[in-house]
Amino acid sequence: MTDMASLMEDRAAAKVISDNLHKPVDWDSPKIARNIKKRYAAERRFKMYGLSAIALALLALFVLAGSIGSKGYTAFFQTYVQLEVTFDAAEIDPDGTGDPAVIGKANFDGLIKQALRDRFPDVTSRQAKRDLYAIVSGGASYDLRERVMENPGLIGQTRKVWLISGDDFDMLNKGYISADVDEGSRRLNDEEIAWYDSLKSDGAVEKQFHTRFFTNGDSREPELAGIWGAAVGSLYTLMVTLALSFPIGVFAAVYLEEFAPKNRFTTIVEVNINNLAAVPSIVFGLLGLEVYLNVMHLPRSAPVVGGLTLALMTLPTIIIASRAAIKAVPPSIRQAALGLGASPVQTVTHHVLPLAMPGILTGTIIGMAQALGETAPLLMIGMVAFIVDIPGGALDPATVLPVQIYLWADSPERAFVEKTSAAIMVLLAFLVLMNGFAVYLRKKFERKW
Amino acid sequence: MAVVSQSAMTAQPSVASPKMTARDLNLSYGDNQALFDVNLDIVERQVTALIGPSGCGKSTFLRCMNRMNDTIDGVTIKGEVTLDGRDIYDKRIDVVQLRARIGMVFQKPNPFPKTIYDNVAYGPRIHGLVNSRDELDQIVMTSLERAGLLKEVKDRLQSPATGLSGGQQQRLCIARAVAVSPEVILMDEPCSALDPIATAKVEELIDELRSNYTIVIVTHSMQQAARVSQRTAFFHLGKLVEVGETDQIFTNPKDERTKGYITGRFG
Repeated sequence: MTDMASLMEDRAAAKVISDNLHKPVDWDSPKIARNIKKRYAAERRFKMYGLSAIALALLALFVLAGSIGSKGYTAFFQTYVQLEVTFDAAEIDPDGTGDPAVIGKANFDGLIKQALRDRFPDVTSRQAKRDLYAIVSGGASYDLRERVMENPGLIGQTRKVWLISGDDFDMLNKGYISADVDEGSRRLNDEEIAWYDSLKSDGAVEKQFHTRFFTNGDSREPELAGIWGAAVGSLYTLMVTLALSFPIGVFAAVYLEEFAPKNRFTTIVEVNINNLAAVPSIVFGLLGLEVYLNVMHLPRSAPVVGGLTLALMTLPTIIIASRAAIKAVPPSIRQAALGLGASPVQTVTHHVLPLAMPGILTGTIIGMAQALGETAPLLMIGMVAFIVDIPGGALDPATVLPVQIYLWADSPERAFVEKTSAAIMVLLAFLVLMNGFAVYLRKKFERKW
Repeated sequence: MAVVSQSAMTAQPSVASPKMTARDLNLSYGDNQALFDVNLDIVERQVTALIGPSGCGKSTFLRCMNRMNDTIDGVTIKGEVTLDGRDIYDKRIDVVQLRARIGMVFQKPNPFPKTIYDNVAYGPRIHGLVNSRDELDQIVMTSLERAGLLKEVKDRLQSPATGLSGGQQQRLCIARAVAVSPEVILMDEPCSALDPIATAKVEELIDELRSNYTIVIVTHSMQQAARVSQRTAFFHLGKLVEVGETDQIFTNPKDERTKGYITGRFG
């Protein structure tokens, strides 16, 4: 009965309060009008802040993309020089065997030099000749060789051939070297510029799309250096990272979120995971160096070690994102499954994980994009080496895109400046693709309840 | 021990051959005791309504009956709950199987974000109750029929269940529970999120289901308890105050608190 009595008292008290509240409000008073004006002003201000923040962000993006694009787009084109090359039978295949082994060993470099001397016959001094030969890239002889191997009928003929130019010549053609500067302070002397003008007036200089940039590995010669070696290295590294961090991350998140008891131990684990996400990546690099290279003796500079190191770095990101995604699955779905007699594991695999998948995948791709752009830990495990070959597997020495950018940015040749910007563009394109894929996955797997 | 004497005085626990029983059931969330010495019998093939003001422990008691409280951290349960005379909290009882035998329908309709067909088929599939696609089709159809939903959805079994209206979703949840052939169906305020027409349909359905299943329903609506149930139990502050034939509880309550609640004086 005491319950009843106290309830009655509460009701009486509530009535007194509500009576006091029911004084009429003058909605037209100046005080209210001022209030409304203030509220509108605050709303306008708030909108302005948001708009200016977005404008600032867009401006920053525009400046970044603009500066990289304007510097880098020329790297996608390469200057070629047209020369009249005599495929001298005496030089290529003196005995007329037609044997590819013989043809392959011929001195094609000599042929190009001969063609250059023929084009500019008045060049005589050793120094001037060396300058003359620099018009054509050292890699041009391989092109010529390939051409003859494919078509042995060329032997004995004289043909006009487009040959890839050297980097200084390319820079001159692209306008990065100006003839107006004092001769002593530019890479090319007056004579070389005169050669260029002569070739140019003959229509023997043109820019072609630079496919080598997308198919070659690194090189000391800027005109021969390509991004493909680094791209493949990045691919292998990311594959190792994904193969490790995705399953481990998802299992850890599922266990922590769905099965782990809430006690001191799991709290410590949780705090540590959050801390790991903020540890500087160089520390993971040092860890990788010590554990994978010094203790486990895995191969240096290999994508497998890079992938293992980056997996450590990506794990916290994936765990945190997956936990958030799992937590966002409504508890009513779990109850529905449990109430039907689904076991906890069935509940997770049949319902919680599929519903959390968009969030988990988004988190994973964000982690992968982070790993793709990571440089510091890879320097520690030797992926900064100069590697010309395209890696054939995760155990071959390789470098990755961001490290390639770092290497080229560090190179003295003028022609590497545009390569650096072009490599950044390639990396950004990869990132845009990956993030676009994340959005696509989210849209595809998203379900409503 | 005032608590003990009170429950002994007011509750009428014993009926002949109950389907489920609770004996001296105490439950606490951490330090917070939610149920005190509850003794209640559930009669087979009848609807038992649990009524009482918010926070009185009726939903908690309901969730004890298929061990759904197990999934909450920090819950301690003392006492005994039996199904056909066997203690369901016995270590040898398989919780998963138990929940298949004691189905549950929740307050808010919670269909899986799958097709209507898959929602109903889920239970039989995970318990391996069928051997062929035809058998499964049969179970799905029968269950939808029993839930009074078949006419409305038979042309769109493969469309998403979340596209149904709230009332249809709730009947789908009932069909889903029925599909595993439970012996007891627990309903936790199944109509509180539904409009009056959908409520009427669900109530009608409960009345029909009574011929095959034992039903325990928690409700805030005394009219609903009066309409659908044969027995009513009144909970207050974690104690079972009074239980009896629904007619008797509503017309001639023995306890003052019951009388106060059903006449709307508090709650």
